[in-house]
Amino acid sequence: MNIFQKLTEKPWEPSSDAMAAAVATGPTSQIDARKLMLNIFLAIVSVLFLLIFATFITHSQYPGFESLAGEPWKPFADTTNLWLNTLWLTLSSVAMHTGLVKARRGISGHALIAMVLAIFFAVQFVLAQLWLWRDLSGMGYTLPSNPANSYFYLMTGVHALHLIGGLVVVLRSTFLLWRGGALERIQNSLKLCATYWHYLLGLWLVLFFLLTRSPETYRAIAIACGLG
Amino acid sequence: MTHVAIADQEEETHHHPTSFVAKYVWSQDHKVIAVQYSIIAIFVGVVALILSGFMRLQLGFPDTFSCINPNTYLQFMTMHGMIMVIYLLTALLLGGFGNYLIPLMVGTRDMVFPYLNMLSVWFYFVSVLVLLASFFVSGGPTGAGWTLYPPQTILPGTPGNEWGIILMIASLAIFIVAFTMGGLNYVTTILQARTHGMTLMRMPLTLWGIFIASMMGLLAFPALLVSAIMMALDLLAGTSFFMPTLVSLGDSVDHEGGSPLLFQHLFWFFGHPEVYIVALPAFGMVSDVLATHARKNIFGYRMMVWALVIIGALSFAVWAHHMFVSGMNLIFGFFFATTTLIIAVPTAIKVYNWVLTLWQGNIKLTPPMLFAIGFVFTFTHGGLSGLFLGNVIVDVPLADTYFVVAHFHMVMGVSTVMVLFAAIYHWYPLVTGRMLHEGMARLHFWMTFLGAYAVFLPMHYLGFLGVPRRYFAMGDTAFMPESAHTLNASISIFALVLMLIQTVFIFNLIWSLKRGPKAGHNPWGATSLEWQTPQVPPGHGNWGDKLPVVHRWAYDFSVPNAKEDCIPQNVPKGADETHHDGSGEHSEGKTV
Ligand code: HEM
Ligand SMILES: [Cu+2]
Repeated sequence: MNIFQKLTEKPWEPSSDAMAAAVATGPTSQIDARKLMLNIFLAIVSVLFLLIFATFITHSQYPGFESLAGEPWKPFADTTNLWLNTLWLTLSSVAMHTGLVKARRGISGHALIAMVLAIFFAVQFVLAQLWLWRDLSGMGYTLPSNPANSYFYLMTGVHALHLIGGLVVVLRSTFLLWRGGALERIQNSLKLCATYWHYLLGLWLVLFFLLTRSPETYRAIAIACGLG
Repeated sequence: MTHVAIADQEEETHHHPTSFVAKYVWSQDHKVIAVQYSIIAIFVGVVALILSGFMRLQLGFPDTFSCINPNTYLQFMTMHGMIMVIYLLTALLLGGFGNYLIPLMVGTRDMVFPYLNMLSVWFYFVSVLVLLASFFVSGGPTGAGWTLYPPQTILPGTPGNEWGIILMIASLAIFIVAFTMGGLNYVTTILQARTHGMTLMRMPLTLWGIFIASMMGLLAFPALLVSAIMMALDLLAGTSFFMPTLVSLGDSVDHEGGSPLLFQHLFWFFGHPEVYIVALPAFGMVSDVLATHARKNIFGYRMMVWALVIIGALSFAVWAHHMFVSGMNLIFGFFFATTTLIIAVPTAIKVYNWVLTLWQGNIKLTPPMLFAIGFVFTFTHGGLSGLFLGNVIVDVPLADTYFVVAHFHMVMGVSTVMVLFAAIYHWYPLVTGRMLHEGMARLHFWMTFLGAYAVFLPMHYLGFLGVPRRYFAMGDTAFMPESAHTLNASISIFALVLMLIQTVFIFNLIWSLKRGPKAGHNPWGATSLEWQTPQVPPGHGNWGDKLPVVHRWAYDFSVPNAKEDCIPQNVPKGADETHHDGSGEHSEGKTV
């Protein structure tokens, strides 16, 4: 039944095959529930970031907003560092996906190695981001010095916090894998971890794109979104 | 019968906690968590009520009480508003009733993630402690108004601009974490753990209200979180998200280039849905109370569900009606005024359906029913004044006057509290196994209902006169007639009476725990699953060894030819009716 049929059911009419209805419905497994919960959680995180993006774009149209890219002397005129960080996070995502595939084939040893690599790359990413922060503030682009910088630290910071929170769960799943618990359970938690990781990678790419635009592009986005 | 076979496939061993601590403190049982949530919420609610008492004393009898000065007035007002809206109503409706009713009504043993649920109530507890701690720090709690608008929230001159505001932001952030953990549970449990036969459209409206409200809360609270984080950075790290360049007390501030308007947008993107987060569960519960105590099926069930969904969706597109006087673009104002008036349509449909449910019903004026009917009155009144304020041209002169105070107290204060009372009187027998004392309950209802009108109706008139809200005192302004002053005094006296009468209610709650008459099984003759548990009050795991199977919707009251005037949801078709051709009078919902 699609959602439309579900919402147009006439519950007061005696259904001809009540038994069929009873069999077709009923509680689902804990696994499905976890998956649903993760999806809702991702929707919440998306709303969180969409709101930050909306305020960011609006703010970019106010006088005094010094975007971090656009002119050759701006820090993000050269994005090599950011690409390197992206590489770490992508490697982490790929490793985690490999771990999932291996776990599904039942090759726990390989899966474990892949997961450890994924954790390693993710930690690298966080450290590299911290390095980026250090570089920027060293050049005088500190958190309070301009709203553009504040948004940069805010967005990358909140993103990193989500990654660190996810690491706790990933560590737990990896520990389960190492201890060799019930395989089906492990596969499922790895699946959820991988989904979350790919999501964070995608989110990072959006942040990357958004933070390195020129004032003209912000202007265009603002007008397109009706925020200008 | 096959349904016995399918009734129970979920055979997870439910361990039964034994020690007192495991049972009542670190409990993962949704019923215990619900009671914990409710007790904390009612406790802070009483604190907020007492604060409003102080405000009323000052407003009614200026210059009489030295313990209230302009600063404390603002602080009491801020704490009163914030506690009432978030820490009482949201927590009690979703954390309290949501937790108690969801697993019982969908026919499962507990929430899907009990551990998360336990964390949720403890985070809530911590958030309340942090909030109350602000009364004891230097400078006291923040006095910025519950809307916390920058820049004044942060600047000197506003009471509590050092520690008070920090604690407020921290407390809100912790509350949001608590709510998110709870909300994920409510939504997932309703979507994934419904028992066999419980299709979405067989759910009682209470569940629908709680479901949509939780969904909205999950998507709206991030806006508050974002604004809290940004505000905290402005405050502590010197950023300029919201803080513009300005001169304060002769010095220019260290901020540059921020926008207070951004905060208002973020705040109301959360704030307006928040109104419906407390209203929708109330809508749901009142529907079930009305149907049960009128022995009649709810009029237009499907329309009621759709209205909930539409209100939920639309309420994310009306937020700027709180900002008509912020100097916004006229086209914006027009847009938001229109969406605001459109949302009145599904809301009005709901009111009509409640009234039509009562029509030709077999109305029993029990205490829950009295409060439910009271709600229909107060909500209609509050809704009508909302139509005034939704129009830009009328809102401009009325904004920030007592008309607004009267409007939101009627529509979300009094109305929601009426439903909460109805719900407590209705479900108390299930939770405790005892009925509440009927006489005290009636006294409580009449005093509360009439008292609420005596307090809030005259405020509309004060608003027309132009009495501003959030003022410590009116002073001797020339345009204020003498009647405004006497009116204020009378409002205050009624407010104090209204507060005192609540002690009868609290006393009744405690007294009836031991002395109330035994409730027995299903005392109101309700159809929904929570009343059909093998034990009353429901035991750990709720359902004994077999989960119930649902065969019908939740509104089979007074079915023609049926032996009883209510047929519970878990009674198979045909078992309780002699013959039933499906076109009987009870299926009037078909006209939907
Ligand atoms: C006996 C019951 C109540 C009384 C006597 C009362 C009284 C008051 C008073 C005197 C104010 C300050 C008005 C001003 O100076 O502008 C106020 C503000 C407020 N009240 Fe109540 N109130 C009551 C119940 C409630 C309830 C149940 C709610 C729940 C929604 C509520 C929500 C608010 C809010 C949100 C504000 C605005 C605070 C602000 O301006 O920042 N009140 N109330
Ligand atoms: Cu609103």
